[in-house]
Order: sequence, then C-alpha cells, then structure tokens
Amino acid sequence: MDIITSIKPLLAVLVSLLVIPMLVFSSSKRPNVRESWTFLAGTIKFLIIVSMVPAVLEGKQIVLTLFEIAPGADIAFRVDALGMLFALVASSLYIITAMYSMGYMRGLNEHGQTRFVSFFALAISATVGAAFSANLLTLYLFYEILSLATYPLVTHHQDQASRIAGRRYLTFILGTSIGLVLPAMIWCYHATGTLAFSPGGIFTGQLSVPAATVLLLMFLFGFAKAGIMPCHSWLPAAMVAPTPVSALLHAVAVVKVGVFSIVRVITGIFGIDFLATFDLGSLIAGIASVTIIVSSCIALSQDEFKRRLAYSTIGQLSYIVLGAALLSPKGVTGGLLHIAMHAFGKITLFFCAGAIFVATGKKYLSQMVGIGRRMPVTMIAFFIGSLSIIGLPPTGGFISKWYLVLGTLEGDQLVMLFVLLSSSMLNAAYFLPVFYKAFFCTDEEAMFEKRVDEAPMLCVVPLVITALVSFGLFFIPQPFLNLAALAVNGFFGG
Amino acid sequence: MTPTNYPALLVLAPLVAAIVCSCASWLRKTLCYPIALVGLVVSFFSSTVLLSRIIATGEEITYYMAGWSPPFGIEYRIDLLNSVVLVAVTAIALINLLASHQEVLRDAEEKSGTFYAVYLLFITGLIGVVATGDLFNLYVLLEITSLTSYALIAMGDPDRSPMASLNYVFIGVIGASFYLLGVGYIYIMTGSLNMMDVATLLPPLHGSTAVLVAFLFCMIGVWIKMALFPMHTWLPNAYAYAPIAAARAIAPLMTKVMVYVMIRLMVTVFGYDYIFKALHLSSSVVWLAAIAIVAGGILALGQRDLKKMAAYIIVSEIGYMVGGAWLGNNTGMTGSILHIINDAIMTFALFLAMGNIAFRTKNLRFENLSGLFAKMPWSMAGFALAGLSIIGVPPTCGFFSKWYLVMGGLEAGAYHFVAALIFSSLVCAILFFRVFEICFFESAPGDAAAHDHQGHHHAEVAIEEAPVSSLISLGVVSLLVILVGVYSGTIVQTIIVPFLG
Amino acid sequence: MTDFFIVVMAKYNYWLYIILMMIGLYAMIAKNNLMKKLVGMNIFQTAIILFYISIGYKIDATIPIIENAHGGGHGAGPLVIHAADYINPLPHVLMLTAIVVSVATFGVAMALAIKVYQRYQTLEEDELRMHIREK
Repeated sequence: MDIITSIKPLLAVLVSLLVIPMLVFSSSKRPNVRESWTFLAGTIKFLIIVSMVPAVLEGKQIVLTLFEIAPGADIAFRVDALGMLFALVASSLYIITAMYSMGYMRGLNEHGQTRFVSFFALAISATVGAAFSANLLTLYLFYEILSLATYPLVTHHQDQASRIAGRRYLTFILGTSIGLVLPAMIWCYHATGTLAFSPGGIFTGQLSVPAATVLLLMFLFGFAKAGIMPCHSWLPAAMVAPTPVSALLHAVAVVKVGVFSIVRVITGIFGIDFLATFDLGSLIAGIASVTIIVSSCIALSQDEFKRRLAYSTIGQLSYIVLGAALLSPKGVTGGLLHIAMHAFGKITLFFCAGAIFVATGKKYLSQMVGIGRRMPVTMIAFFIGSLSIIGLPPTGGFISKWYLVLGTLEGDQLVMLFVLLSSSMLNAAYFLPVFYKAFFCTDEEAMFEKRVDEAPMLCVVPLVITALVSFGLFFIPQPFLNLAALAVNGFFGG
Repeated sequence: MTPTNYPALLVLAPLVAAIVCSCASWLRKTLCYPIALVGLVVSFFSSTVLLSRIIATGEEITYYMAGWSPPFGIEYRIDLLNSVVLVAVTAIALINLLASHQEVLRDAEEKSGTFYAVYLLFITGLIGVVATGDLFNLYVLLEITSLTSYALIAMGDPDRSPMASLNYVFIGVIGASFYLLGVGYIYIMTGSLNMMDVATLLPPLHGSTAVLVAFLFCMIGVWIKMALFPMHTWLPNAYAYAPIAAARAIAPLMTKVMVYVMIRLMVTVFGYDYIFKALHLSSSVVWLAAIAIVAGGILALGQRDLKKMAAYIIVSEIGYMVGGAWLGNNTGMTGSILHIINDAIMTFALFLAMGNIAFRTKNLRFENLSGLFAKMPWSMAGFALAGLSIIGVPPTCGFFSKWYLVMGGLEAGAYHFVAALIFSSLVCAILFFRVFEICFFESAPGDAAAHDHQGHHHAEVAIEEAPVSSLISLGVVSLLVILVGVYSGTIVQTIIVPFLG
Repeated sequence: MTDFFIVVMAKYNYWLYIILMMIGLYAMIAKNNLMKKLVGMNIFQTAIILFYISIGYKIDATIPIIENAHGGGHGAGPLVIHAADYINPLPHVLMLTAIVVSVATFGVAMALAIKVYQRYQTLEEDELRMHIREK
C-alpha cells in the first residue's frame, strides 16, 4: 500500500474554516455575497476531496502529520477508503444543504443568518477533519470541535425550548465524550503507547477480556453522537433547530461522525479479529439491535414530523453499528455503504419536512393530510427517500440493506436477520402511511386545496436532487461501493 | 556555565523601572506607563534570550550577584524549567500592562503612577522568585511579591477589598513564615542556603527529623501561598475584589509561581529519592490534591459571580498541579510543569475576557451577563476559548496538560486522581456552559415562554466592545492558548523531558 | 524525670520560639480585634527571627566583629581568627532582612486597618463581617 504525503487533507478541512472571516465580513448587509462565499468554499472543498478519490481507489493512502503531541499520539490526517466515503458524503451534501438553507432561512426571514452560516462552515470543517483523522486523538479533537460548533446551530432560535434542548444536547454529547471517551482514549494510550488506527487493531494482548469489554462499552456509549440508546435523547431534542441544521447535521454530519467514530474504533483500535476472538461483536450487535427496534417503535408514535424522522435516524444509525458488529465482510460493507445511502435518503426526508414548514407552517403529520395535492414534487421526493430508508428497490438503501442481510447470513446470525427484517417492516409502517395520507384521501379529509404551491425553488431543487441521487445510487452505487469494499478489504487483513 | 548579564537584567529592569516610575508619578503621571512598558519589555526580551540560549546550548546560565560566588553569595540560576516559566511570567505581565491601560486610566486615574510602580515591583518579585538559586533570596522576593500584591488587591472595591486584603495578609504571612522556618532548619542541617549546594549536602541526612521538619514546613508554607485546599480561603475574596487590572496579573501568576517553587524544592533541592523513597507522604498528598480538585469545582458551582467562580476554578487547578507533581512519575511531573504554563495562559485569557466584559457591564454577576454574545462577540469568543481550555477540549492547551496528568495518574495507579480530573472537566463544562447559556440567550429565563418561530424578530443589538488594546491582547492570548496546545509536544520534548532527565 | 528536664532545657531556644509562635498564631486567629491580630502577626514573625538568631549561637563565643587593633600579635604576622570564637553572623544578616520585611508587612497591614476603620468605624472583626455582608 503506497503512502502519499500531501497537504490536501488539511486544505479540505481548512477551506470552509478560512472562509468564515469572509462570511462575517459580508454579514447580513450583503447576504448574496455571503452565500456565494459559502458556495465557493463548499465547491472547492468538494473538488479537493474528489481529487483525492482516484488515489484512494488505487489503494494508496494520503497522509499528513501536523503536530506531534507525544510518541504515538499526534495530530495527523490519513485519507483512506473509509474516511473518503464519509468525506464525500459530507462535502457533497454540504453544498446542497447550503442551497437549501438559503431558501429556508430567507423564506422564514430568520435572524442571525451570518452566525448560522459561519458555525455551519465550522461544523463541516470539523466533520471533514474527523473523516480524515489518522488516530483517535485527532478524531477526538474534531469530534469535540463539532459538538461545540453545532451548539449555536441547535439553539439558533434562542428561545426557551432551544435553551432546554441545547442543555440536553450538551449534557449528552459533551458529558459522554469527556466522561467516557477521554478516559477510554487515555487508557488505550497508556496500555499500548499508540492511538493510530491500524488494521487489526492496536492491542497485542495488553487487555484482558473484561477490561476490553469495559473499554468497548465506554467507547460505544461515549460516542453519544451515534445515538445508541440510552444516550440518544439529545437527537429528538435537537429537532428544535432550524431544518437545515437538522438535515445536514443530524442526518449527515453529527450523527455520522458518531457512528464513523464507532466504526473506526471497532476496525482500527480493537480490530475485527480481536473482537471476533472474544465474541464481543455480538455484544455490540445486541446493543445496536435493541436501539433499532425500540427507536422504530417509538417513531410509530410520533406525530411531529421531525421527531419521527429523528427516531428513524436513531434506528438507522444503529444499522451501521450493527453492520460493523457483524464482523463479516458483507456485513461491514453494508454498514459502511449505509452511511452514504442513509445520508442521501434521510436528508431528502428532512428537506421535505422543512419545505412543508416553509410553505404551510405545519409541523405535525396529523395536519398534513392531503398535502400531496399542494406539494406533489415534495411528497414524491419524500416517497423516494422513505423507500431508501425502508430499503426497497429501486433506491440506494436497498443495496446497503442487501449487503447487511447477506452479512447476517454469512455469519449465521439469524437473530440479526430477524432484527433487520422486522425493523424494515416497522420503517414501512411509519413512513408509508404518511405518503398514503398525503395523496390518497377523500376531499373532505384533505386539508389543502388542489392547487400546486410548493416551497421556494431554493428549497425544492435540493430535495429533488437528493431524491434523484437516492434513486440513482441503486443503479450506480459507485464510488461508495468501491470505497466500502476497499475499506473492508483493509480490515479483513487484505 | 556561560556568563551573561541577562539574569540580572531580568530582575533589575522592572525594579529600576518601578523606582523611576514612582518618582515620575510625582512629576508627570503620564510618564509612568511608558516607563513601565520599557521595563517589562526589557525583562521579556531577556527572558526569551535566556530561553533560546538554554535550549540551544543545553547548559544552565548562572549569575553571581555582585560577583560573590556561592555558597556565600546569592546565585541566580536559570535552567530549562526556570526559563520557560520566566517567559510565561514576563509575557503575561507585559500583555496585561498593554491591555489594562484603559482600565487603570478609568478607575484609578490619580493613583495610576503608584499603581504602575507597585505593579512593576510585583513583577520584579515574581521574576526573582523564579530566577533565584538561593533559598533565602527566594523568601525575600516572595515577600516583595506578597506585599505588593496586598497593596494591589486593596486598590479595588473600596468596601470589601481592604478586609479581603487584610485576611490575605494574615494567611500570607503565616505561609511565608513557615517557608522561612523550613529554610532555617535546612540551614541548621546543611550550613548552606544555595539550592544546588543544599542538594548535594542533603542526601546523607535523609533520615534526620530536622530535614523532615524542614521539608514539611517549606511545603506547607508554599501550599498556603498557592491556595491548596483547605488553605485556600484567602483566594476567592482577594481575587474577586481586586481591581481587574491587578487581578489579571495576580491570578494567573502568583499561585503558579508558588507551584514552580514547590517543584523546584521537590526536584532540585530535596530530590526525588528523598521525597518518594524516604518519605511516604505522596499518596496522602495525591488524595489531598484530588479532594482539592473536587472541592474547588463544587464550590465554584455555588457561585453567582464570574470572578468568584474563576477564583474557585483556580483552586481546582492548583489541585491538578500539586497532584501531578506528587504522583511520583515523570509523566505526572511533566503534566504538572506543562500545566503551570498552560494554566497561566488560560487563566490570563479568562481574566482578560472578564476584564473586557467588566469594562462594559456593571459588574460580573450572572444577572448582568445576558445577551453578551451579541453585544461583545469578540470578548465572548475569547472567553469561550478560555473556558474550553479550562474544560479541556482539544486543541486548546488545557487538554494537553490534562492528558499528561491523567496518564501520570494511570501509571501511578492513582485512580482517584484520574476520577477527580475527569469530574473536574465535567464540572467546568457545566460552569462554563451555564455562563454561555446566560450570555447567549438574551431574554431572562422567565419571559421567553411562547415564541413562534416565524414571527420571531430579534432586535439588532449594537456591538459595544471593550477598547481595541484589550481586544488585541485577548486575541494574542487566545492564539497562544491554541498554539501552546498544539505545540505542547514540542514544549515537552525540548524543555521538560531534558529538565527531568 | 531529670533526664527529660535536661533534654528539654538543652533546647530551650526552640521551645521558646515555639511558644512565642503559638501565641502569635493564636492571636492572629482567635482574637477579634484587628489590632490584636496585627500584634499577633508581629509576635509570630518575631518568634521566627529569634529562632534564627538562636541557632547562630556558639558556647563561649563573642559577637562577630573583628577589630584589627586587637588579636594576633601587635603588627606581627597575619591575624588568626578562630571561627569558634565568634557566633555565626549569617543568621543575623538574614534576619536583618526579615525584620525589614516584618516591619513592611506590619506597615501595609496597618494601612489596610486604617482604611477599614475609616470605612466602617470599627476594628472588631465580627462587626466588620456583619457590615460587609450587608453591602
């Protein structure tokens, strides 16, 4: 495997960071200039990341060490297949979300838009930084920066509800990262002298099985952004944020950093073989399954659109963890692929929720009977997105779920198969009726006239794009499938 | 030993500037600030030259005062530990001078000359404490520092600060006198007052009770002066009621310099062998440190005033350093030394930000802080960064010293210390985010009940910031918080590891 | 019993300074009046000064001032000085400094006490505490 040293990972992280002074400068006096800076930064970031894809697909890794803190623990970047997959998803969706947030924030005439776009840019920097982290220390660094950068976004409305939500957000996310991840990380360093993600893990017999179990649990629950129950309640609470925040951060960036970190820990710190030897995979899979089933059941009972989506996200995130926990090549591939598929699917759904709010002011599903008459494009996009989440063809979500199912069969884990299938049915149970009620209802039940009146263009175009991508990924799952396969090869001693 | 005059210059520059300044204050008050500036710039310059020279050559630099050689003469000995602390002290003193000019002019116009003179003497004392290689000379300079700090503190809130300062006087005198007593016992047993000399003379005497008594008295004296729980009671009142320009310098420096003295006594004078092999105190001290950390955090939670909250956080941080030094391994000592520098910088950043806020708001009670993120975005950004450093979030410097301290605790098996450190991070997170919340949410908790998202218009809040000089200083120090953090590996490798050997 | 008495009396200087120190400490902590606390502080510091002076003493030694006219021969040969004839001057020198420090501290503390008195018209600590709490 070749190693290339390049400054590109650093540039990718810094681009949106450096643009923040420009954003603040143009501020609300020249909003169009401000927005163009955002797009410029997002596009450059995406292009830099794309430019690294060919090298990664050939099996090379791009590294850059910034600062050495202690032997074996430095602040360094390493772009490999897994990181590239995540970075591609995050950076591409950033541009689309930037467009969407323009439409949303202007449509609602929100305050503090400069602060909003600045912290958004900071959050994306941190996300890409986390994607490209070479070791646990760097990952922790960007994880924390992300937590802090998203606080002003979550509490954007600055009212009492935001205050409470913000408090819950911080308690769960900062509390677990400082209270669980930090000691766990230092424990790892103390035991092994290194924190770099290595294929096969970093432990060579330093830990006993009980100690390893405790450490694993500390990481699982410490990365509360992954939403594993019971550290999940920050997610529904964070829905008080404006929808672009919910969309990108809580469907794509923040939560994905959480599961990404867990996958990194499973594959790079513990190592698949280590976990398989001590049968710790089933422990993780068990915890993930509980989260999947419980969250899907709770989603059924939610009437507020975004909360239903939030609980759906919690469940979907645990799919990714489950995939990694299956410890079989197809299973892990499915989990990694789901990072991408879920991102595109879920963001479509959030965009729809936001578009409905901008156009009609409605937040509750019970108020949305017959909305298909008014906003057909939005609801069709919603349909495609929900198909992807449920895992039905012809959407991308089907591919990742297919691999997950194959993974359970590969490992003879029929319990997990049952979990996957029943949760799919639950997903269908809480998504399809929404679609049904939106279009197929009698004229008395309908709450909207039969007049097409969509949300502003800037809101509709993004959701159409992401819906189309979800659709297209079924036919062309590249480069995500290639990247996932490459990553899995690396983990299984390829 | 390369002879050079810089160690003397280091101490004499602010001393002479203080005298000149004090004369100038009778003639022309406006001269005092430039004189003070010159004195501190010379000092800062000397300290950086010394640091770079020591890193380059690897040898210590000594200076014999008036040419008398030790053990009869007073020796100023700069080695790796000294020099880096000196750079921190002089840098903070200088930046504080620049940042506080407006405050001094506004709050103490007629006394500004005296203020600068006393401030310079305070810095002289601090520099001397760090630079000296003679035990008794340390006492003298320590008392210079203490006396001037009593005076500086008393210039604050006219209702409360004289009494707070007086309480500090009593406790400070006890502390310094205990140290003096300890030095007396050392003199009895070894006949010398020079640190290096004593270090060579002590090993045969390890079993002696007098040496034990000397050590204990020195330690307790130093602990009183650094406000280690439970001898911390003077600190919150003294720092809270001091004028902000003085508090900004005293808070980051005074206690950290005392930690330096403790480490100097432990590592150079008495030595590892004595402390960790002959005595069996270390586990009790680590327990005490852990309690100090937790107590400081809990006491801080009960405060409704930013300055008092910061003061109790300082008490907690002292626990970090004492615990780290007494863990008995190199990692812990590294963490402690690194934390001296890091804590000085981040406490300074915190107090700088608080001073900026106090410039505009009436006082620093929590009720007056609402909506500050909108009104003073730059100062609050600096405050947020300092807070994050205290919590221990990378890439700020606070994280890295915490890293070493936790590692040292794990190595030594002192799990209570590790737990206390993690607990302290969480408590600081609560403390600071409580403040951030108040500053971020403009309306008071009561009336923000039902606001519709759509019709929610916020009034455009005008930005009323602190003066530019304070903002620039805050910016520089905030940058340092991050730089010292990411370069902590370099600092540890080039300075601390060679020092500890 | 006599042995114990001898042992104690042999080190009477240490006992003396300890007693003085305790008196000073007691006054600083337990007394209510600020002036008494200040006096206690002074006693405390004086005790330490006495301690230092006392350790420099040697039996049958005189004060450490060397007069050129006396000693040795009358103009013949170098002066022979036996260290054992003169008490140790170093603690005295050190204590000169310490006395200055003590006086300075006392001065600062007095100034503060005057300020407190001007503000609150009392020097009793409990009354002061009450006044300050009301502020």
